[in-house]
Amino acid sequence: MIILLDILQKVSLWSVPLLVLIIPLYGHIKGVKVYESFTEGAAEGFTTVIKIIPYLLAMMVAISVFRASGAMKLVIRLLKPLFDSLNIPKEVVPLFFLRPLSGSGSLSYVSQLLNEYGPDSFIGKLASTIQGSTETTFYIIAVYFGAIGIKKYRYAVTVGLLADLAGFFAAVFICKILFL
Amino acid sequence: MINLLWLGLIFTGIIVAAFTGQMDKVSEAIFQGTSDSVQILLKLIGPMALWLGLMNIAQKSGLTELIGKLIKPVFRLIFPDIPEDHPAAGAIIMNMSANMLGLGNSATPLGIKAMQELQDLNSESERASFAMCTLLALNTSSITLIPATIISLRAVTGSTNPAAILVSTLMATIFSTITALLLDKIFRLFSRV
Repeated sequence: MIILLDILQKVSLWSVPLLVLIIPLYGHIKGVKVYESFTEGAAEGFTTVIKIIPYLLAMMVAISVFRASGAMKLVIRLLKPLFDSLNIPKEVVPLFFLRPLSGSGSLSYVSQLLNEYGPDSFIGKLASTIQGSTETTFYIIAVYFGAIGIKKYRYAVTVGLLADLAGFFAAVFICKILFL
Repeated sequence: MINLLWLGLIFTGIIVAAFTGQMDKVSEAIFQGTSDSVQILLKLIGPMALWLGLMNIAQKSGLTELIGKLIKPVFRLIFPDIPEDHPAAGAIIMNMSANMLGLGNSATPLGIKAMQELQDLNSESERASFAMCTLLALNTSSITLIPATIISLRAVTGSTNPAAILVSTLMATIFSTITALLLDKIFRLFSRV
């Protein structure tokens, strides 16, 4: 287990530097002018990101309003009985709502929990697993679709949020089996 | 749906603030939101430029095509509508790998690159194609081998075993990815082309 983790971490550590070497090297062998091609591609970086601004800004302003007003706390309080009846530990319920909306917000909430309960407690492990198993769906949608100017999202939002829901409940279920 | 969601977040926020007297915080949060979004994107420009540069070399040298051919069998199943030799395949597989390995800085630029390639195949440029919805589903669920951010947070907060959550995270993300892919297939069936 520990050896496997070691290998995985090595792979993670080496992968970017290796790609930064291998891609240009392979290109050079194939007769591509590597420096010119790199800069030509990289030149698109700025304009690509700038295109995302209106989408991400719209999303983050709405999410900020929702959180700062206390509306989010209200929703959590209203739905708490539902989560209680499903035996979800009350400490991690806010993550269910926070995670898809704000990556930094949920990370700082998890860090609060880790400090309060300890990272090796059940709540600590559960909160960590939830954070690792779910994604900031609204950010991904705004950024990925914004970059290419997609305006009709069809069922993508629904599937993204349901994937977060599946990740959340799977994390609770699996942690209860593994860590309790 | 996104229109209603967006309006819904703002509407409930302002109404609740009116009742709880939190309007000053909301007023501040609005401008905080604007500058937060720009700051996040400013940090994205560098990695974005790097990966677009590398991917341009990979494309010209035929490397993306090669990767696409290697992973063809699995790929056909998940993305039936992407032609075999299309550069989208290479970008998608690199985006997925970066996600699995917890390389957040690279996953987003590669995902955007993949979306740009998919836009090439899209018949209606303002509407998400099936393949785009699938790629999005994969990114929001994403099987995770190394949850890098959370492992380092656990280490910082004094965990004796920061990696203790590796197996639970892997299992939960396998489940969420399968769910996302199944839902994606179901929604595909029920929406018109």
